Amino acid sequence: MSGHFKPVASWRFYLLLGIMGLVAAGLAGFVVWLNLFEHDFLKQQGDVRTLRVEPITAHRGMITDRNGEVLAISTPVVTLWINPQDFPKTADAVRQLAQAAGLSPVNLAQRLKRYVNHEFMYLRRQMTPDEADAVLALGLPGVHARDEFKRYYPPGEVATHLVGFTNLDDQGQEGLELAYNDYLSGEPGQRRVLKDLKGRIVRQLAVLKPAEPGGDLALSLDMRLQYLAYRELKAAVQQHHADAGSAVILDAKSGEVLAMVNQPAYNPNNRAHMDPESLRNRAMLDLLEPGSTVKPITVAAALMSGEYTPDTIVDTRPGYMRIGGHTVRDVVDHGVLTVTRVITKSSNIGVAKMAMALPEDAVWGLFSQLGMGRATGTGFPGESVGHLPPNTLVDRAVMAYGYGLSVTPLQLAQAYTPLADHGQLHAVSLLRQDKPQSHQVIPPKIAREVLEMMETVTQKGGSGTRARIPGYRVAGKTGTTHKVGSTGQYTSEYRAFFAGIAPVSDPRLIAVVVVDNPRGRQYYGGEVAAPVFSRLMGGALRMLNVPPDNLKTLPQKDLPTGSLPQDVKVAE
Amino acid sequence: MSQDFMRQMPDAEHHLSRRPGLIFRLHLDVWLLSILLLLMAGGLFVLYSASGADLDETLSQVYRLLFAMGVMVMLAQVHPRHYRRLAPFAYGVTVLMLIVVLIEGVHAKGAQRWLVIPGVFRFQPSEIMKLAMPLTLAAWLSGRPLPPRWKELLSCAVILAVPILLIAKQPDLGTSLLVGAAGIFVVLLAGLSWRLVGFFSALAMAGLPALWMVMHDYQRNRVLTFLNPERDPLGAGWNIIQSKTAIGSGGIYGKGWLHGTQSQLEFLPERHTDFIIAVLGEEFGLIGMSILMVVYLLLIWRGIQIAINAQDTFSRLLAGTISLTFFVYVFVNIGMVSGILPVVGVPLPLVSYGGTSSVTLLAGFGILMSIHTHRDLIKRA
Repeated sequence: MSGHFKPVASWRFYLLLGIMGLVAAGLAGFVVWLNLFEHDFLKQQGDVRTLRVEPITAHRGMITDRNGEVLAISTPVVTLWINPQDFPKTADAVRQLAQAAGLSPVNLAQRLKRYVNHEFMYLRRQMTPDEADAVLALGLPGVHARDEFKRYYPPGEVATHLVGFTNLDDQGQEGLELAYNDYLSGEPGQRRVLKDLKGRIVRQLAVLKPAEPGGDLALSLDMRLQYLAYRELKAAVQQHHADAGSAVILDAKSGEVLAMVNQPAYNPNNRAHMDPESLRNRAMLDLLEPGSTVKPITVAAALMSGEYTPDTIVDTRPGYMRIGGHTVRDVVDHGVLTVTRVITKSSNIGVAKMAMALPEDAVWGLFSQLGMGRATGTGFPGESVGHLPPNTLVDRAVMAYGYGLSVTPLQLAQAYTPLADHGQLHAVSLLRQDKPQSHQVIPPKIAREVLEMMETVTQKGGSGTRARIPGYRVAGKTGTTHKVGSTGQYTSEYRAFFAGIAPVSDPRLIAVVVVDNPRGRQYYGGEVAAPVFSRLMGGALRMLNVPPDNLKTLPQKDLPTGSLPQDVKVAE
Repeated sequence: MSQDFMRQMPDAEHHLSRRPGLIFRLHLDVWLLSILLLLMAGGLFVLYSASGADLDETLSQVYRLLFAMGVMVMLAQVHPRHYRRLAPFAYGVTVLMLIVVLIEGVHAKGAQRWLVIPGVFRFQPSEIMKLAMPLTLAAWLSGRPLPPRWKELLSCAVILAVPILLIAKQPDLGTSLLVGAAGIFVVLLAGLSWRLVGFFSALAMAGLPALWMVMHDYQRNRVLTFLNPERDPLGAGWNIIQSKTAIGSGGIYGKGWLHGTQSQLEFLPERHTDFIIAVLGEEFGLIGMSILMVVYLLLIWRGIQIAINAQDTFSRLLAGTISLTFFVYVFVNIGMVSGILPVVGVPLPLVSYGGTSSVTLLAGFGILMSIHTHRDLIKRA
């Protein structure tokens, strides 16, 4: 062991130690500085990296019918999205993912290519939680899930025109989903979450603002009646090879819409192959010339003027009449008729003559008061207002039997409410109403007289005998109009109407049935629309437990008489 | 030899009346051993958190540390004179391995640093050089008149330059600088006049631009990024910004074990290796950092005590250098993570995940223990 030995450490050694000490002190000082004085800034920097405010999806309100049956409800679904920056771009990963998500691998690869510079790409939207879990279980990086809600419409196409639908982003697109979107969608909340580098939520720290679920909407519809109306209308449209059709049932005492159906219809739950034609809520959007169905209103105006009574004589001979350059015709020459018979026989000349004899405001004014040419105030998107012609003599005469003006089927039903409820006009409503709005437009006595005239339409010799309902007294009016073609000329296509009220003794329901362009041998309202009305109204009255007021028309069955059979033991 | 001497001690009755303890017989130093155990135990807690609560990874580090402890205990048994004798062979073999690495080594993260003994293990020869270098230089200088003259200094420069260049070629700038630092410490401790210190400092300054010229792009980037981390916040600057954020956001008390957001949420890169102290800083705060630094300083202090008490020049040079280089490792790592120094891949001693560096470090402490426990009880003149 070579022994050049120094007893104590040299000064260099202590110098090195000193330098070391200074360095250590400096380092310690810097760390202290970082922790004490830069702490707030750096903590904030840390939070900026990890804390995120995330929206909480608000639950969209339910839409129900008047009895709480669900028409539209939101169910939880999972939307998967990809951050293409994190996703491995190997063919194997793409194939695996496409398979699990049920997508085409080629398509997915193309989309990934297109989004290669993006940080967000939908993989597949609105999957069931099970399906989404299967994809997430692959553990592929860059695949994320987002909870959403999907709208589901249990009645399918039965109530779809009124309810409408939402888009993928849960925003109303059509119908009442659109009209009441703000009310239904509620307020999304906010929560503070901790996210890691890959954007995964590690934990939820706080709910900053709870999501306010949207309100529930109770419609005036009664789904029992709605299903019935849907079934009968669809059957009639198919039977008559018609283009389209609408049916509306109103509560005669409140103006609430109990049923509103249209054909063609679509399934709101699967809109992939939806025909745009089927999208229209024709009962509120389509403008039609109502034809003979407005004659009771003309007659009501005549009675209100005091110049006519139900028994006043009107001469309709010889079955045609020239007004200005226009010829008014009846189907046949009805001869001399009372006002009641004018309705029964549906004489165009009769009502035209009455309208011309009245003060100039009488007919036009009543039509307008009954809401024709005016918004109904339902707020339904795209609802048509309709149109009344200028108030000239010719137009009044033509309007008297339902030409030259345009109304929606719903407006026509609304115009019938005073006839059904003692002269009270009820504003129609698509929502359940606790306090219906109404005002008197026709004296109760006259409303009653007109209603009874309309009852003759369904009685022997009337034009609408096929609208009869066993057990009930039915008032109504048929209508058959030529459709106006695209050139503004009348075509050989028809539109068949029936508008009616039942039961006559204490009216509960008003129904309007329109069948558009029936192509069979039958095309009159009394042949095409009246039977639909009969089945519709009959079923509805029975469902609503309305007591029959015309028992003698029921098929009589002999009640069993005498004592019970001997072998039946009555329970004690 | 010392055992023989003990038996001859005149008034050794009460010493000999009880059996020497196991630690004494194993030539272990109680102080070093306890501080090291404390450090490693604490380090494993931090590693568990930094690995994302990965028990397997923590356990594999436990096995590595146990292996390294075994190496330490073995080396403590060897008398320093054997180290002195074997130093040139260690140097030669390690240089040979460094050459093999450049030809046959395994690539990892863009550098060729690993040597694989198939089926057994793999290691970085450059790490062994961290120990072989002070051994060699101490052995070389201790046999010559001190302070060293120009001739000795030139030889030292050659001994130093060969492995440094080989390591820098891998490229592993951090390790080559640390090896260089170890060599320079030996020379400094051996005694160097102020004029020469000044001369070499000036030379080093002048050499910086030359160093810049030979550096790889990524190395230059690191230096530029160190000077201004916001230069490339999403790329090279990311590490520093994230680690500073982690340390600073810990505050005085920290966010709690396993509750650091930067580290647990994977914002902090290399969090279980080079940047592990940022995890400690975030989760245990200033208090945790202070305790760690105190533990390191205690270790170094004990090492310096051993150096001062060493009985020959070789032992003293070796012990002093091992302690000083250990300090440099700690300082460079903490400085790098806190953004004071550029990012050179230096792990935090005995805390960062990794095998070779732990083995080298504990081997160094084994040599320290050997130096301390093989002293003659009566100083020889």
